Amino acid sequence: MPDKTFEVLVVGAGPAGLAAACCASEAGRRTAVLDDNPAPGGQIWRGEGRRSSSPQAAYWLDRLRRSRAEVLCGVRVVADAGPGALLVDRDQDFFEVRYNTLILATGARERFLPFPGWTLPNVIGAGGLQALVKAGLPIVGQTVAVAGSGPLLLAVAAFLKKRGARVVLIAEQAPFPRLVRFGLGLMTEPAKLREALRLRWQLGGIRYRTGCWPLAAKGDDRLRGVTFSDGRKSWKQSCDYLACGFGLVPNLELPSLLGCEIRNGAVRVDEWQQTTIAGVLCAGETTGVGGLELALAEGQIAGWSAAGRHEHARALFGERARALRFKESLDRAFALRDELKTLVEADTLVCRCEDVPFHRLHKHESWRAAKLQTRCGMGPCQGRVCGPAVEFLLGWRVESVRPPILPIPLGRLAGRD
Amino acid sequence: MVEVNGTPVRVAEGDMVSTAVALAGDSAFRVSVNGEPRGPLCGMGICFECRVTIDGRAHCRACQTPCRPGMQVWTDARQDV
Repeated sequence: MPDKTFEVLVVGAGPAGLAAACCASEAGRRTAVLDDNPAPGGQIWRGEGRRSSSPQAAYWLDRLRRSRAEVLCGVRVVADAGPGALLVDRDQDFFEVRYNTLILATGARERFLPFPGWTLPNVIGAGGLQALVKAGLPIVGQTVAVAGSGPLLLAVAAFLKKRGARVVLIAEQAPFPRLVRFGLGLMTEPAKLREALRLRWQLGGIRYRTGCWPLAAKGDDRLRGVTFSDGRKSWKQSCDYLACGFGLVPNLELPSLLGCEIRNGAVRVDEWQQTTIAGVLCAGETTGVGGLELALAEGQIAGWSAAGRHEHARALFGERARALRFKESLDRAFALRDELKTLVEADTLVCRCEDVPFHRLHKHESWRAAKLQTRCGMGPCQGRVCGPAVEFLLGWRVESVRPPILPIPLGRLAGRD
Repeated sequence: MVEVNGTPVRVAEGDMVSTAVALAGDSAFRVSVNGEPRGPLCGMGICFECRVTIDGRAHCRACQTPCRPGMQVWTDARQDV
């Protein structure tokens, strides 16, 4: 494909990226939004083009079409191609996309924590199982336990139940008193309260246990059951799937590669969503995981400010501030408990790409030393799974991203000039 | 219609290759460096646990690749035996 040039380029077509692309394009800027996935919508609105269920998703996808921003799907960013350009790959076809202003909306991924048996087939992320079912995985009549932490567990359980799964348990690690405080906080947020009540209704009779987490997954060639604990007693639950994720972490690979300052595990931005690198803005979960409303507000602010429409951007500051307060209450309610650091056993694999067990890692003093000695984080996922896990388990700072940020055949890079 | 490890599998419009492999009855998509069976984890193209060989090209992410008619999919789990 020939190289392409845009005034505003948005990376990531989730809610933040869609909102940013709409605003920049509506302001008259030649705009494109690119995404690794086959269709726009991000993880939260995955499959909405195919089977619509959210009026909000329909609104933004329609607004994107009307905005005439160019949508480049199935496109992966491979490397920084010098000032104002990214090297991208679509189906093994490499080309450059050039821009005046770049908006990063790379979203977040699930945090996985290692425990015995977590590498068995059918132990899947909570959002991960939802994505696979949206992609067609048959789930009718399958027994599913949902575990980990965060509001995503409830949304996933409701979704799976609606698609015909038998959801036997939602195990939330956060303790009940913290969730009560969080619930009371929702009283001042009518939209969030409505959402919570709607979910409660959809969940019907599914057991929601707080202060409860998986100890081990058991099986042979695939999962057969899970041992859960509430810190006092443990019990076995048989199931076909364990959908398990411990909150979300921002995707920082591309912002790091471009030199954006990272602070407290998120990209640092100013009130206009501007990063510390000139001409590079950032919006949505990448600036700190805060959910849909925050992503939409930040995306719009980034889109308008990229187009120089600061008065439009400023009009959304109040909405963003409200969403930020909600984010802080989420962080407090769903902070991970220390017991989760003790689930991993000496021979539990931490790096799934290179099969590196915990006992080979913890004797090292840093991520870098462990990588050099054990190949941890050096497989195809490049530490995207084990990185957030060891950050939590060992307190290491996981960084130093190098191009290409996703694996590509060497011949492809060499052949390109 | 696609083929998974030589067996025809009927998929719906828009289904991903991960669905075809599951419909073929496999929960293991690949074999790890130490020989363990592995299946999809993240469902969104990050973990690379669902990688399979599609039409002769190795290491394709099954969860990010839409099915196309006549596609030939091989899982490592079967190929290495």
